[in-house]
Amino acid sequence: MVARPLAALLAFAALAASATAARAEGLVVSLSSHHVRITQTYTGAELVIFGVITRDRSSIARQGPYDIVVTAKGPQGLMVVREKVRFGPIWANLEQRKFGALPVTIAVLATRPIPDIATPDLRTRYGIGLEALIPKPGFGSAEDVPFRDALIRLRREAGLYVERADAVTFVTPDIFRAPVPVPSTAPVGTYEVSIALLADGVQIARETTNFEVSKAGFEQVLFQAARDRPWLYGALTAMMALSMGWLASVVFRRD
Amino acid sequence: MQIYLPIADMPISIFLVLGLSAAVGFISGMFGVGGGFLLTPLLIFIGVPAAISVATVSAQITASSMTGALAYWRRRALDVKLGTVLLMGGLVGTVLGVWFFNAMRRLGQLELVIILSYITLLGSVGSLMLAESLKALWSERRGVVPPRKRGPHHPWYFGLPLRMRFQRSKLYVSVIPLAVLSITIGFLGAVLGIGGGFLMVPALLYLFRVPTAVVVGTSLFQILFTMVAATVLHAVTNQAVDVILAVLLVLGGVFGAQFGARAGRNVKGEHFRLLLALIVLAVGVRFATEAVIRPADPYSLGATELR
Repeated sequence: MVARPLAALLAFAALAASATAARAEGLVVSLSSHHVRITQTYTGAELVIFGVITRDRSSIARQGPYDIVVTAKGPQGLMVVREKVRFGPIWANLEQRKFGALPVTIAVLATRPIPDIATPDLRTRYGIGLEALIPKPGFGSAEDVPFRDALIRLRREAGLYVERADAVTFVTPDIFRAPVPVPSTAPVGTYEVSIALLADGVQIARETTNFEVSKAGFEQVLFQAARDRPWLYGALTAMMALSMGWLASVVFRRD
Repeated sequence: MQIYLPIADMPISIFLVLGLSAAVGFISGMFGVGGGFLLTPLLIFIGVPAAISVATVSAQITASSMTGALAYWRRRALDVKLGTVLLMGGLVGTVLGVWFFNAMRRLGQLELVIILSYITLLGSVGSLMLAESLKALWSERRGVVPPRKRGPHHPWYFGLPLRMRFQRSKLYVSVIPLAVLSITIGFLGAVLGIGGGFLMVPALLYLFRVPTAVVVGTSLFQILFTMVAATVLHAVTNQAVDVILAVLLVLGGVFGAQFGARAGRNVKGEHFRLLLALIVLAVGVRFATEAVIRPADPYSLGATELR
């Protein structure tokens, strides 16, 4: 398991060295896999992203260190946050806000704590960090801010939103790696991974890649049957239940 | 050991699900109730989405009521005619319940409706059963046999129009109160994800004086067909039946029910009803405390709809 990423890394460094960068600094990145298969034993996965910072003669010497921010975003979904409010003697979910078109999972992996990497304005512009990726509600909807904060907090607690300050490690000053987590409850779809290179609080390069999460084998068969042939699926499930019930009455027959 | 649920989109511990369903199966085997009113909240509690829980439990109740109904059928201890009439009402109630369920979900008030119904239903039925069984225990201790009110005087609703004769149940009764009862239970079943046996059995016993010998079998017969319909309809309308979860629930439930039935034979009738009353009340109280106590975190996430 160790040999393969290392070999990939070396091949990759050679490739990166030959690449001619148009800008002062460039990024070459590679994901350890572009496919995550959900099978019966799936409990989450971890991909690894490798990257090389390429430089040429025109590259200026930087004062501070390079910062890398890897952002992996899952498919988009409509989310609901509910708030329990007092209703007579009981507490009930009477308030709710809908958040449309937000990524279902987000993993932000960085070299340093996000606030240290760039100013809030630039973070918003580059879309760096969870705060910047979940848009703040517009003017005149001040009561929505707690719902947005609760959304981020609850999805972080559920492991769907992740922000890790020390997840990106430099193997050499130019080569870095970061583990990209895929949560156990990740939905199927295309996950976009973008890697930003920053120095002195300014973004100087950005690359994107992606991976696909899909169900495989038996899980895929069941999932598709439930969606494409619901009558058959429902009837077979009911038949299964009936025959298991019948079997139990035969096996455990008492009279 | 974890297994991935293809419809719920989550891995779950096999032993946790088997343990839960076996425990609920034990109770249902002991008391002859479906146990949906316990299993559905428990599944939601361990993190299975509410829609998946309600829909998948209907498959589990199908299996357990099949086993139960077959046992009663072999002993001819069920009234098919009465069961069929109740089934008609149950199906009408189910359709109405699904319609109400969707309407409330559109209004965003489904959660409130479910909590309030569980509290009222379990609280009132549990209290009634508790009072009844305590009274029976009390008079037994004093050595008094309470006279059974089984005189020639029938309640007024027996005499409404459309009377029908049910030989097996020794009943000559208007179809109207039977329809009201079965539509109500079918409706509640669809909204709350329960089979309704714990409502149907006492109602048939006390309100209609159906003989004890056929009441459980008849109720199981009615639940069996309603739940087959519910399983298929849930699969077709909201694709929320998880067949892997269903298999685990059925397996656990089958074994639990066998041991429960064996344990049930060693318990006296009065103690038996007292225990069931306490279980029903406990679930009701749990819902009530959850609703009354100020929540630690007022916010919660609803289901995510993928685009």
